[in-house]
Amino acid sequence: MTHNIENLSRSESEQWQYLRFSTDHKVIGVQYMLMTFFFFLVGGLLAMLIRAELITPASNLVDRPLYNSLFTMHGTIMIFLWIIPFNAGLANYLVPLMIGARDMAFPLLNAISFWMLPPAGLLLLSSFLLPNGPAKAGWWSYPPVSLQFPPGQFINGEFIWIISLLIIGISSIMGAVNFVTTIFWMRAPGMTFFRMPVFVWSALSAQLLQLVNLPALTGAFILLLFDLSFGTQFFKPLSEGDPIIYQHLFWFYSHPAVYIMALPAFGIFAEVLPAFARNPLFGYRSLAIASLGIAFVSIFVWAHHMFTSATPGWIRMTFMVTSMLVAVPTGVKTFGWVATIWKGKLHLETPMLFAMGGAAMFIFGGVTGVMLATVPFDIHVNNTYFIVGHFHYIVFNTITMAIFAAIYFWFPKITGRMYAEGWGKLHFWLTFIGANLTFFPMHPLGLQGMLRRVSSYSPEYQGWNIIASLGAFLLGVSTLPFIANIVGSWLYGIKAANNPWHASGLEWTTSSPPPRDNFEEIPIVNRPPYDYGNPRYSVIEPDDK
Amino acid sequence: MQRRDIIHIDESPIRFERLHRRLPKKLKRFLPSGGGIAHDHHGKAIFGFTVFLLSESIIFLSFIFTYVALRLTTKNWLPPGVSAPELSTFVVISTLVLLSSSFVIQPAENALNRRNLNKFRLLWLITICMGSYFVISQLIEWRNLKFGLTTGLVGSTFYVLTGFHGLHVFTGVILQIVMLMRSFIRGNYEDGHFGVSATTLFWHFVDVVWVFIFSLLYLWRP
Repeated sequence: MTHNIENLSRSESEQWQYLRFSTDHKVIGVQYMLMTFFFFLVGGLLAMLIRAELITPASNLVDRPLYNSLFTMHGTIMIFLWIIPFNAGLANYLVPLMIGARDMAFPLLNAISFWMLPPAGLLLLSSFLLPNGPAKAGWWSYPPVSLQFPPGQFINGEFIWIISLLIIGISSIMGAVNFVTTIFWMRAPGMTFFRMPVFVWSALSAQLLQLVNLPALTGAFILLLFDLSFGTQFFKPLSEGDPIIYQHLFWFYSHPAVYIMALPAFGIFAEVLPAFARNPLFGYRSLAIASLGIAFVSIFVWAHHMFTSATPGWIRMTFMVTSMLVAVPTGVKTFGWVATIWKGKLHLETPMLFAMGGAAMFIFGGVTGVMLATVPFDIHVNNTYFIVGHFHYIVFNTITMAIFAAIYFWFPKITGRMYAEGWGKLHFWLTFIGANLTFFPMHPLGLQGMLRRVSSYSPEYQGWNIIASLGAFLLGVSTLPFIANIVGSWLYGIKAANNPWHASGLEWTTSSPPPRDNFEEIPIVNRPPYDYGNPRYSVIEPDDK
Repeated sequence: MQRRDIIHIDESPIRFERLHRRLPKKLKRFLPSGGGIAHDHHGKAIFGFTVFLLSESIIFLSFIFTYVALRLTTKNWLPPGVSAPELSTFVVISTLVLLSSSFVIQPAENALNRRNLNKFRLLWLITICMGSYFVISQLIEWRNLKFGLTTGLVGSTFYVLTGFHGLHVFTGVILQIVMLMRSFIRGNYEDGHFGVSATTLFWHFVDVVWVFIFSLLYLWRP
């Protein structure tokens, strides 16, 4: 206990360490999370502007070009500056602790890949100051639309967009190299592959996907930049170029990107659900392998985004089948979570509420995903709000819920203090209700034929749109108790024990917050990762009062 | 209660360690088992760098995919009055110089492994010259070509492919110069030379990529 108090006072005097350059993976992890949360708020603000415009059928709040910029920047920021880097930050904090290492494999590279992100993000935001505004071609930036900026301006919104995404991409590739090397080389004695927590497995799968697929996007962006700024003709249909090639390259990365975002969320569920159900994770080995399975299958599904891009029949059929195959390993995952909760002794604290909410919402988003994989249905709802509803059920209702679960779950470990439970529950219910109010109405709207990315619509759609907009504002409100809770608890919260949840996992065996080198001595691992309720491996914590 | 048996899942016969013991020695060094924290910093760094190169190769693959797809679907690959890049002796010689430099840089690294610093410097310098020759001859080739970057798809693809590869060769030469200068710091390479090994790997990578780009651009006649 004395050691613990020493540690806390040290960390209090070093609150400012998160603003300084550091090669400590824990500091970098927290830096990632703080930075990405700022961009989450910016992206959320843009989303609320979009929803405010859509309360009325007429386009009357913002002018149409600005509306195009709003949804473009909202999507870009939420994907490339919130979910993906937040997951990188969380994995940065947790992976070395979970595998019993003192740091990442390449600490300096780790710091560099983080510090590339804030300038890239600010560069992207700065494009709002340009005379013609930021990029307007949607987050996928399809040519020829993305190449239609007024000529004569070398520095335009699309140019800034490509440059900043190239920087973010390089940062992600360097991060992925670091993660894969860390997981392969830095494991503690006895930490075999099948003793790694599922979070580490899913982080490994996600980072392998980054390595295989992200460079294709980098290549596509380089070619797009040449087309935009240097007069080449790769994707210009008027000069024999082929915009469909860009779509192939883009979706070759951007469909697996969904799993790069979702796999860490699945890993978070696999950590939180067993801890609060007091049950070992059901089917650990299957869940671990299913992570790799999802990653592998997702490499071969990209063309299901292009069913209406004049794709030949055999491509449609092949990719319909492969897309449906993804449902097998994800089904294994879902089954594992449900069976873990089954007959468990549930403790409904905030992380558990978020994890259960997120897992349930994932089932909904997964079902609509399988619906969309079928060619006839996809062609019917293509480019409607059904698509928007489907992927927001994944990226917000599943992944962002999982991220909040992770923040509450590891908050005591990261800060050494407990959060306020009541505020956390309030945050959960506001988020859960707000998210469903916002994104459920998009499904009936899409089935009725309301197109996405258009700022006006015919009046018969207004009812559902009002509900969705009110839900979006509720989501905006829901971040307030969260921010108050995190800031207040970080400064004035009660001190947390080393293992407040009585969870298994190596990160809970060290002090809260962990010392600079994570462990006083490197642990020797002699047990499987999820052993709740097993007397042979019961969690004993001498420090816990 | 009946659930406790699934806890012992760890004792299953497919243990990574058992598979690992059967791996060839060289691969075993490259992929350590979960037996302990790797103190082999060189091996760890080479592993990371190899992973990075594999990832980097996907960028080249995406360019090559674009080139092949455009070429197969475009009816008039050559705009009127433009001829395809010629397979001249000049290009063949610079290609041969680049490819044979791989067989110079590897003995250089091996010499450093055996602590033969002077042999390393000599062979390393020869590699630098060969790489520089390739970059310069590439620039001359660019000057002599009749088409520019914006001359149809043939120009776009040719300059982007050779340019991106040339940038890699140039980076490789810069890295080699840095490594050569480092060899003059007393005792610098005594406890490890990850930089030299990584540069060697990078150089082999650049060579292999050139084989593909060269075949696609010069040997595939319109």
